[in-house]
Amino acid sequence: MSDQIPPRLMQTPFHSRIATACELNQWEDWKGYTTPSAFTNVELEYFAMRNSASIFDLTPMTKYRITGPDAHAYLDRLVTRNLGKLKPGRVTYTAWCNDAGQVIDDGTIFRISRDSFILCSQERHLDWLEWSALGFNVSIEDETDRIAALSFQGPSTCTILKNMGLYGIENLKPFDLTHYPFEQSELMVSRTGFTGDLGYELWVDPDQAEKLWDRLMDAGEQFDTKPAGSEALQIARIEAGFLQAGADFVPAEQEVRAGRSRSPYELGLGWLVHLKKSHFNGKQALQLEKRKGSRYRFVKLDVAGNKPAEHSFIYNRHHKVVGTVTSAAWVPTAKRNVAFASLEMPWGKPGDELTVEIYYLRELKWSRVMEKCTVIEGAVFDPERRHATPPTCQ
Amino acid sequence: MKKYDAIVIGAGHNGLANAAYLAKAGLDVIVVEKNEYIGGATVSRELHEGWKYSNCSYVCSLLRPEITRDLNLPKFGLQVIPYVGGVTFKRDGGYFGNYEDHERQYREMARHSKRDANAYERYTADVTKQTRFIRPFLMRTPPDPTSFKPRDIREMLFFAKSFYNLGEKVLGDALRFWTMSIGDFLDEYFETDVIKAHLAGSGIIGTALGVYSPGTAYVLLHHYMGEVDGSVGAWGFARGGMGSVSRALADAFQSFGGEIKTEAEVDHILVKPRGVEGVVLANGDELYADIVVSNLDPKRTFLNIMQEDDLPASIVKQARNFKIRGSSGKLNIALDGLPTFRGLPQKSPLMTGDLHFIDSMERMERAYDDWKNGTWSQDPYVDMLIPTQVDPTMAPTGKHVMSVFVQYAPPKLATGAWTDDDREAFGKTVIDQIGSYSPDFKDLILHAEIRTPQDIENEIGLTEGNIFQGELTFDQLLFNRPFPGYAQYRGPVNGMYMCSSGTHPGGGVMAAPGANSAREILMDLNKPSSVPEAYPDD
Amino acid sequence: MTDTNQFDVVVIGAGHNGLVSAAYLAESGLKVLVLESSGTIGGAARTCEFSEGYRVSECAHLVYALHPTIVRDLKLTNYGLRYAATDLGTISLGSDGLHVLIKGDSVSGDISYEDADSYRKFRSKMIKFCQVFATTLEHQPPRLMNGSLGDKLSLLKLGWQVRKLGKTDMQELLRIGSINIYDVLEERFDNQLLKGALCLDAVLGSHTGPRSPNTVLAYLYRHVGETFGFNGPSIPLGGMGTVVEAIAASAKSSGAELRTSSKVEKILTEGSKVVGVRLETGEEIKTHTVVSNADPRATFSSLVGYPQLDTEFSRRVHNIRMKGNTAKLHLALDSRPRFTGVGESETGNRLVIAPDSDYVERAFNHAKYKEYSDKPIVEISIPSIHDSTLAPAGKHVLSAVVQYAPHNLQQGWSQASDTFKNLLIDLIEDYAPGIRQQIVASELLTPADIESRFGTTNGHWHHGELALDQFLMLRPFPGMSQYATPVHGLYHCSAGSHPGGNVLGMVGRNCARAVIKRGDR
Repeated sequence: MSDQIPPRLMQTPFHSRIATACELNQWEDWKGYTTPSAFTNVELEYFAMRNSASIFDLTPMTKYRITGPDAHAYLDRLVTRNLGKLKPGRVTYTAWCNDAGQVIDDGTIFRISRDSFILCSQERHLDWLEWSALGFNVSIEDETDRIAALSFQGPSTCTILKNMGLYGIENLKPFDLTHYPFEQSELMVSRTGFTGDLGYELWVDPDQAEKLWDRLMDAGEQFDTKPAGSEALQIARIEAGFLQAGADFVPAEQEVRAGRSRSPYELGLGWLVHLKKSHFNGKQALQLEKRKGSRYRFVKLDVAGNKPAEHSFIYNRHHKVVGTVTSAAWVPTAKRNVAFASLEMPWGKPGDELTVEIYYLRELKWSRVMEKCTVIEGAVFDPERRHATPPTCQ
Repeated sequence: MKKYDAIVIGAGHNGLANAAYLAKAGLDVIVVEKNEYIGGATVSRELHEGWKYSNCSYVCSLLRPEITRDLNLPKFGLQVIPYVGGVTFKRDGGYFGNYEDHERQYREMARHSKRDANAYERYTADVTKQTRFIRPFLMRTPPDPTSFKPRDIREMLFFAKSFYNLGEKVLGDALRFWTMSIGDFLDEYFETDVIKAHLAGSGIIGTALGVYSPGTAYVLLHHYMGEVDGSVGAWGFARGGMGSVSRALADAFQSFGGEIKTEAEVDHILVKPRGVEGVVLANGDELYADIVVSNLDPKRTFLNIMQEDDLPASIVKQARNFKIRGSSGKLNIALDGLPTFRGLPQKSPLMTGDLHFIDSMERMERAYDDWKNGTWSQDPYVDMLIPTQVDPTMAPTGKHVMSVFVQYAPPKLATGAWTDDDREAFGKTVIDQIGSYSPDFKDLILHAEIRTPQDIENEIGLTEGNIFQGELTFDQLLFNRPFPGYAQYRGPVNGMYMCSSGTHPGGGVMAAPGANSAREILMDLNKPSSVPEAYPDD
Repeated sequence: MTDTNQFDVVVIGAGHNGLVSAAYLAESGLKVLVLESSGTIGGAARTCEFSEGYRVSECAHLVYALHPTIVRDLKLTNYGLRYAATDLGTISLGSDGLHVLIKGDSVSGDISYEDADSYRKFRSKMIKFCQVFATTLEHQPPRLMNGSLGDKLSLLKLGWQVRKLGKTDMQELLRIGSINIYDVLEERFDNQLLKGALCLDAVLGSHTGPRSPNTVLAYLYRHVGETFGFNGPSIPLGGMGTVVEAIAASAKSSGAELRTSSKVEKILTEGSKVVGVRLETGEEIKTHTVVSNADPRATFSSLVGYPQLDTEFSRRVHNIRMKGNTAKLHLALDSRPRFTGVGESETGNRLVIAPDSDYVERAFNHAKYKEYSDKPIVEISIPSIHDSTLAPAGKHVLSAVVQYAPHNLQQGWSQASDTFKNLLIDLIEDYAPGIRQQIVASELLTPADIESRFGTTNGHWHHGELALDQFLMLRPFPGMSQYATPVHGLYHCSAGSHPGGNVLGMVGRNCARAVIKRGDR
């Protein structure tokens, strides 16, 4: 507490296990926690995700418990998506906006029971959530450090969890959540993740964290289960087509320069906006945008060649800059060179061909290539096992 | 007798910066200074053998990096070292600390309120928007809104464009920000008193206003506009004390062939019908030049060293009405060792920052009530630093220097002028306050210099001891600084200019007024000036 | 409920601005219903009988600036608007019977020739500045950006008014606009009583002391009426209630319907559009346009409800600065009070207890710490001197506006109300010895009472501080200054919107014009 100098970085409840496994000693600061960017080999960690099972510590994700008689109405008014059909035991992915219809963040909402929800996101939002609660009977608790969480992703995860004793886990549908008794406490399992593959997220009391890790590693031993760091996850999420706050968009509340934030339509998240539902934050602005058109378009690009197009400018055929790349990677399973980009309207209709300026370094020499790229729809990686219940493979 | 191209009155940092730019453009310039040392309020003084005090200004952030670089001040010995930390001690034994890294700061705030910890991000973004708006104007001459000159119209358009770029929402906020009190502003973000009190300090330092007086939000902004190496809002120590800043400016000036004459108090500026002719010193000597630049505050300039007959009546009235309120005192203390503070862990990284002992907005406001009643605050707001934790050159090894800036202290007491007894009692108030949080502090004191606003005025010549050479309130900012109609550094008499902190963009060791003024002078002489503009998009 | 709207416009609240709005709307041919929660119309501008036979203006008690446009357009004189007294002087009471009388541009009494002369100059300059400000009264505040042609024109007009002042005065206005009244008066006057009275003008109704910056602005605001015919405060015959009754009569004759004892509980919306209002009784009235005369906080937080609004908008509503500090004292007197040194013929003036600037500032200090002033400032009017209808023959009523009495009093008002009332009577006794014995009945309305009687949040007289950060296009807050709200069809017409408080009526008129112009019923 205050009579000691607080450490610069905290450790997650899994730290003892992670520190042992992290042979590369490659650490980074994720929301004030010491977390690994890689354990042994990024490529092998990534392939564990796609081939068998990987464990990723997502304790630093921000988690708010929202409870009270108005909790459901409150969340429905907060986010762009219609939560009318979100039943207890279900999870949904959504975005939420400021008054100007600019995305504050995206994240997942877990409906634990009728009046109890968990909102999970990359950034912190207590200030926004509390201001949004004016006129609602809800209570909002930051539970980030009260819940230890692991993301368990890959084709073998269902089998491993079954082996671990989570009976009936195979019947859990995508975006379902359920609870199992675990040691002296309870384990919450949701069929969610950030890899676009079959996978689960496991939520547990911090006291039980190490046990959970050990049990997973034990049960997964036969399946080449590997802990993964953020670098491997980064490749997977780009392959799956998922956005990340701070990388692909500036969270609206953090915007300093006018015009840097984006609306859901401008981030390709229009499908999350349900203008027909009753009042929600930013609705009027979004209605207006729908009517008058957006400023930007967020696109996925299939880039020629194999050089990742990170931080690149994008040109139209008149050599005019029409946008920049926000995230990019060579994705090893789909075997594509993928980039996400924010383009000025009207550029970036599906099928449009543009040029991307890529710089790459070989033996201390920078080279520049102008590569063709095509606007694509949908994710380059979307396996059946992600959607099927029970999952179709091991 | 020799005639100079320009005479600059007062070797404070703005006078030296002004002179340096004039000399750099090839002018033959002399700076005259009444004291036997240069620097004005930007000095390092050895008042106790072996200890150097930055006995007026004490930290460095606002000094414009464009000027530092352009005059090559590092070559002349200027080193600004960033410091981190800062604490507000609470009466109940706790404290609120200020860590330089985002996450530890978040957790420190969250220890008091998670909501405030998160709101701090919105606060930072909002304040940053406002500082980004104001910073480009620091190195520009304010336009005259009543003028139709092309340059004024062009500058007004620049102003309008900057406004426009803010966007409608932020523009509305800007108008509010400039007119609000820091207390009301903070109330819109935070619920925890100690956090508000910690942040509010920047809104009242050097200012004769309380935390709930409108206009104090801007004063906070003024303290957030600076930077250390591109880290906006950061503060640093000048190695060797603040005297290093004026020393470097003086050396730069002299490297361009300039001349400095100390112990040369100006009695008055010589004015002839066609314009200024020079200055008459207190000893009767006369110095001649067609250009005279005053680095004295506007009141002293127009009411002391100029004669009423030489001036238009309106400016005399404006000078009389100019608000330059003494509100701060200063203690400089030589310490035998590093004091410890109740509740704060040993070797806490917070110690190198600014320490404060007022933990609530009410206590801050009451400190101001004392000032209004003509007495120093009985429970003062202090901004206290121990630079020797970072800078080894200011005291013998293992010993320390403490700089204690005190808000509020009136220029004149209700009982009349400050007496020696009053000064002692004022010092005791401050030392007792610190002592009540630091059990070993009093025993470590080897020497203490106590400076009331009256002392500051008498020694340095800042009217009422006002550290900004004029209140930083909206009625005295931008094209109103120092007075409407005279914000472009030109005086009412041909060849007479102003370059003090009493001109735009105001106080703090910024050197921008001096540099901007030099640009105007050189423009009038049709000479190219090298005064830089602000770096864009920071 | 039927499918068709029962009314084109429903006005919530029969305060003077609500009624003015209703009158203009009805006059334009719309079918208007005014709903008032209490049993009588008028809101903070009504006359009440606080003790049998004794009537007094319940809240606001002096007319400073009822705009002539409104008097003319609504033919208020035809509908019974009469003044019992106009262009009253102000007497600043000092100890031992010393006092000064400020009337128009002259000051007489215990004052030096120099100060009287300075005052003449001061006032003529202030009136000149008021002129600039007066031009803004008749328009909705322009948007700073993305505005319509009209917005750009009114910005230009305002700019032109400023420029027209001439270079020196323009510079002076730019300087003085944000400065505090204390310093301005120090620059000009020696007379303490004069300074005290002028300070009171600059702080009445606000959470400011004379040393608070931009109190000069509030001073200008109080005197804006002097640019259109007022030469001091006026007392309506029959109390303030007559003014609103005249407005109501005008509204009714244009076809507006008035219902009292009809408390609106909710403004009903569908998809961010107004569809009607629901009364406390459960009755629903269909309409597509609602004009709210409730203060902005009450309008949005309760009538609309924050859940129907966006978060940043709600945050701005929540952050409107409105710290009520003003109480109202009513005394029924069995005979005419005597103020030491003040001649009988002068007692009918506005009497103020604010003997010097520091006194006023010290009174304010308490409010900062949630205490009431131990030496409050007081504005007294004895309307029965001019208007025999207010009290039985030979008897009198004294009406006093009192500051500072913070709404958020530390100890709570239920405990402190009586003590404070006694303190006030003692204070007045100092200036009018014997008055305590003359008291037949008395009543103190604390900000808490004002809140519960009139529904104004924190009992704030102006529905939001009148300061630069809540002025013109920033009133009530940036993004909502043109009477329209984010709820389509809902308009706001209380003093919380531009141009602000006092019995001025322009908010109601400007708002009605905005409704008519939008035509989105």
